[in-house]
Amino acid sequence: MGKEMLTGNGAAAWGVRLAEVDYIPAYPITPQTEIIETIAKWISDGAMDASFVTMDSEHSMVTAAGAASATGVRTFTATSSQGLLYGFEMIYTVAGWRVPLVMVNVSRGLSSPITLGPDHNDILAIRDSGFLQIHCETCQEVFDSILMAYKLAEDERVLLPVIVNMDGFYLSFTREPVEIPDVETVRSFLPEYQPEHAFFKPAQPMAQGVAVLGGEFYSYFKYQMHLASKNALEVYKEVCGDFEQKFGRKYRAIEEYMLEDAEYVLVMTNSFSTLGKAAVKRAREKGLKAGLLRLRVLRPFPDPDIKNALKGKRAVAVIDQNISVGKGGIIYSEMAGCLYNEINRPLLLSFIGGLGGKNISPEEFEFIFDKMTTAEDTGIVETPHLLYTENEWKEMAGLKEIAGKG
Amino acid sequence: MQGRDKDMDTAPIRSIREIPPEENVLSGTPACAGCGGLLTLRHCLKALGEKIVIVNAASCFTLLSIYPFTPFKNSWLYTAMACAPAGAQGVRDALDILIKKGKLDPEENLKVVVLTGDGSAYDMGLSSTSGALYRNLDFYYICYDNEAYGNTGFQQSGATPFGSRTATSPPGGVRPAGTQLQKKDLFEIWNSHNPPYLATISPAYPVDLMNKFRKAEQYKGPKLFISHSSCPPGWGFDPSQSVSLAKLSVETGIWPLKESVHGKVEHTFVPKKFKPVEDYLKEQERFAHLFKPVRQEDILKSIQGMVDEYWRKYKLLP
Repeated sequence: MGKEMLTGNGAAAWGVRLAEVDYIPAYPITPQTEIIETIAKWISDGAMDASFVTMDSEHSMVTAAGAASATGVRTFTATSSQGLLYGFEMIYTVAGWRVPLVMVNVSRGLSSPITLGPDHNDILAIRDSGFLQIHCETCQEVFDSILMAYKLAEDERVLLPVIVNMDGFYLSFTREPVEIPDVETVRSFLPEYQPEHAFFKPAQPMAQGVAVLGGEFYSYFKYQMHLASKNALEVYKEVCGDFEQKFGRKYRAIEEYMLEDAEYVLVMTNSFSTLGKAAVKRAREKGLKAGLLRLRVLRPFPDPDIKNALKGKRAVAVIDQNISVGKGGIIYSEMAGCLYNEINRPLLLSFIGGLGGKNISPEEFEFIFDKMTTAEDTGIVETPHLLYTENEWKEMAGLKEIAGKG
Repeated sequence: MQGRDKDMDTAPIRSIREIPPEENVLSGTPACAGCGGLLTLRHCLKALGEKIVIVNAASCFTLLSIYPFTPFKNSWLYTAMACAPAGAQGVRDALDILIKKGKLDPEENLKVVVLTGDGSAYDMGLSSTSGALYRNLDFYYICYDNEAYGNTGFQQSGATPFGSRTATSPPGGVRPAGTQLQKKDLFEIWNSHNPPYLATISPAYPVDLMNKFRKAEQYKGPKLFISHSSCPPGWGFDPSQSVSLAKLSVETGIWPLKESVHGKVEHTFVPKKFKPVEDYLKEQERFAHLFKPVRQEDILKSIQGMVDEYWRKYKLLP
């Protein structure tokens, strides 16, 4: 079909259409709604042969999606922010059902205060659930990741649901050229779903989601999930290999940007990585050996790739577009855990930025590089830096004055 | 003929001897002795047959299937407290998709049966149930109503009757009634969605129960059942009295046996002479504070008054 100008949401819908998904239980929430609206229109027009049902909440939506997946059909759903948290209980539950459901989360800051712009507290809230997580920088990546997600989730060595993440507004509503393959090529990559483990048939009655009493039995099932998630790292490599062969685009669990000879490295995720890459280019022009590592797969956490990529680097700055209140950056902690036992580990700095979609300006990137070189000179790494520019401070002061809190 | 079993007889029965002898809930469950809910379920599954999948919400009966055991001949999916009807939606839709795409023989179709206690049905799961009714989901819903959160030790729920004791509404000097709120009318809440079939049932009236399932069979859409389920540990009575107490609740008029077909309500059993509600109340520890150390006449009168008012509304009591 060639290239189309698509939003991130449009690209997600195309991924679902070409994956020939059978069933979409849905519930609207900004900025995800365009995905389900697009799919609903296609189904209504007859362009897509699937069942669509609007549920009464995200809690019900995730339940219906998991239950349909447990009955043996290929299922998709999407949500964002408050919706993901409303369905939170069932996110853990359906992961434990070991069903190959694929979801999209369109990241948006969490209440309160209620807001619309993106950050990653929503998606990271479910990081321990058992869902695999793929985080996207571009619209093409959103489309590609949905096809890859089904192949990964349905693999017998994995059998865990996958959530594909994109930033609200910055990616969900930004049009980019997206290569849309023909359905035959997609079928050759992702064949029809044939459930081997989760289904309901009268000839073979099965109890699914049953209770387990006793820590030793409970632990067994939780460990099984963890090991399956670890398996997914290897399976993911195979999926990426197949994908490259069929579609010509190459993916890894991490993306290395100007990283090979870099000494000062930014670690980022999702669409703001594009800002980071531009900052790396500018720093290079000024003679600083900068690079960027983008985490694409967050669950399973790609420890081996990260350790290898950061070997011998002088300093690494993790820019967390999230905040664990009272601690700092969530991904910073994960990176620290990953690198702690490395002999040649770099200095590891922590920055919080982009909350609720706040911009990260070129000056702030300069500040970050500056902090890295200073830390290297002094050997002192300060507590998390909360990025906020002087202009932003002034604007905020103006609002406070209007609110009578000046 | 969606959901119609060839082996399911739909003609009404007249006596308990005509109830199928096959058991679809096998023995050895961890349910309490004398559980009125389990007796209800046993009868319901005799009516529904083996080709079903039960979608369960957190409740006492979640503990019927504990890995690797299950007492059922049929399939089972435990969801969570609030969302069994949403799980039923996913299973029903998926089965329909599989049949439509030729991946499941229509003969192998399953009935989807939601099974919850009153905590889920009256309180936490009301939104997901309303959604399923609104969407006219083709499913059965069995609520075993023991009038409190039984599995957690009998705390007050939206189904708890006025004047009863629960662990979170204990009677005391300031609140002598115990539970001060009225039981929600779930029958009317569900009925306002205009489902094709809705009925109250009782483990003490198995023929009435069986015939209601047989009648419901002909309708596509929600088929809903609320069972007044006697609960020995929660209500405080000897397990051997479970059936007679369930019977008393009907004979005193506390639990009306009725059905609604497309919104039209009919009573399926009206006692010739109503027994006083006291006969039912005094058999249970949860109402003991109404009789001793002093008789709480105003509360007892109020309960009898509410029952009388109900039957007068239907002109079944002068």
